[in-house]
Amino acid sequence: MKRIFGLETEYGLAYTQGESRRVGPEEIARYLFRPVVEWGRSSNVFLPNGARLYLDVGSHPEYATAECDRLPDLLAQDAAGDQIMVELLGQAQQALTADGIDGRAHLVKNNVDSAGNSYGSHENFLIRRSMDFSHLTTVLLPFLVTRQLLVGAGAIIPAKVTTELKPADSNRANPHAPARTPQLDPGQLQFGLSARSDVMWEGVSSATTRSRPIINTRDEPHADAEKYRRLHVIVGDSSMSQTTTELKVGSAALVLDLIETGVPIEDLSLRNPIRDIRRVARDLTGRTELELSSGQTMTTLELLGIYLRRAQKLVTKGDHSLGDDATAARVIDRWQRMLTAVDTGDFALVAGEIDWVIKRQLFDRYIARGDIELSDPRIARLDFAYHDLTPQTSIFKQFEAKGAAARAVAPESVEQARHHPPATTRAHLRGQFVAGAQGAGKDYTVDWVHLRLNDQLQRAVVLKDPFSAEHEQAEKLIAGLDGEPAAFDV
Amino acid sequence: MSGQEQIRHHRKDGAEPPEETPVAPQAQTQISTEAVDSILDDIDSVLETNAEEFVRNFVQKGGQ
Repeated sequence: MKRIFGLETEYGLAYTQGESRRVGPEEIARYLFRPVVEWGRSSNVFLPNGARLYLDVGSHPEYATAECDRLPDLLAQDAAGDQIMVELLGQAQQALTADGIDGRAHLVKNNVDSAGNSYGSHENFLIRRSMDFSHLTTVLLPFLVTRQLLVGAGAIIPAKVTTELKPADSNRANPHAPARTPQLDPGQLQFGLSARSDVMWEGVSSATTRSRPIINTRDEPHADAEKYRRLHVIVGDSSMSQTTTELKVGSAALVLDLIETGVPIEDLSLRNPIRDIRRVARDLTGRTELELSSGQTMTTLELLGIYLRRAQKLVTKGDHSLGDDATAARVIDRWQRMLTAVDTGDFALVAGEIDWVIKRQLFDRYIARGDIELSDPRIARLDFAYHDLTPQTSIFKQFEAKGAAARAVAPESVEQARHHPPATTRAHLRGQFVAGAQGAGKDYTVDWVHLRLNDQLQRAVVLKDPFSAEHEQAEKLIAGLDGEPAAFDV
Repeated sequence: MSGQEQIRHHRKDGAEPPEETPVAPQAQTQISTEAVDSILDDIDSVLETNAEEFVRNFVQKGGQ
């Protein structure tokens, strides 16, 4: 079975003040994108590796991976995005210094800022139009509510749940407007699995409603709309750990595979998913009893165990979309070990593989050394440092460098994905076209589906099949470009 | 903050009782404490010098 995956990541920008004036995120974003604008004459470009790099509303730098049809490709593309951003950051820092600014700009791959604005990660999965969408979301939703126990980023959150708030209090008509975590009196804080849970107000809905859904039904397939639709999952955290990303996307894809292959699954619908997503976020033991629509109750661990056993069978049969059996086996194995780790409290079983587990150990140790409270700003600063990609101040990169954080993708694959598109999807054509048109110095217009040279009167080449790396017209167009294909070297 | 008023306003309909959070099982040492300590040692001066100012200013305008 085949599937197209994509990950979008919004990065945060921060600044360490020096002697000179303060530089805000908008200004850092402008410095960051200066080489991008020079290269592509826009702050919204597609790169020779097929990915999209752009400044989102409100100056969020954002990177959307190219379409991948194998999970390992997706991990490489995602890591390549981090690397491209870090290279841009290095240039931005030099330019800041040259302009007499002595503070340090930081690039942060996290999920929430100090004001409670939430951002970070969108996961995209191509699904068949023939699927009963309502059945699909019914099966998927309880999994997404509980998945944070496996792959949450870890966060300091208020210990009390806040479901008494109405969506209108925290949300907005415009899906791109900032979403805020309600600013309750924080009261008692605790270490939880994810800060995203508190900004989710609906299970499934379209982007035009006021409230933020776990599954966004915005139906932009970027492909043949008669055959496909795109499932847009916005509940997940951005992950620092590659092994966490692998489990996050891999487990969700396997649950989709279950649904699409028609495996009968009992109805695990939750009676109150929005209350439960908050309760799950506050329980590191997985033992919270969740009330199902059927009237049964089940713990988070039990629920994730049911999905695991189903997914395991599918993987044994080889009937999955992750690209290769070794990857699928790795996802199942990590899923299993994580459930055992939570159940027994023996987190050595997943040493260095899961963000919230690594972060909790870091916080516990810091608190033990300094005898400080969770509300201490140094804890919040440490949290940002965990997600910091800035080479000089990144804690996670140090974990990786010391071998204390596992990797799921070889550095050579990341380097390859930095410059080249996945070879087996439509992105292969887009990447070649972008590199070729750049090399030939041609004006061009490109998006997920279209390729066009602006100086030609002919219409755009339309790539409606994301699974196909071949297309006669596109290949002709690319072959007609003179000169060496140009890289995106910043 | 304006949100504060609305929160109080809505609390009367369907207020949640405070949840009891189960206590986490004691975690084993999964990454060596020495490794964590050496990482914390490196970042310590950063945390001590500008934490509050850094955190206060970490506000992003956009968002999904």
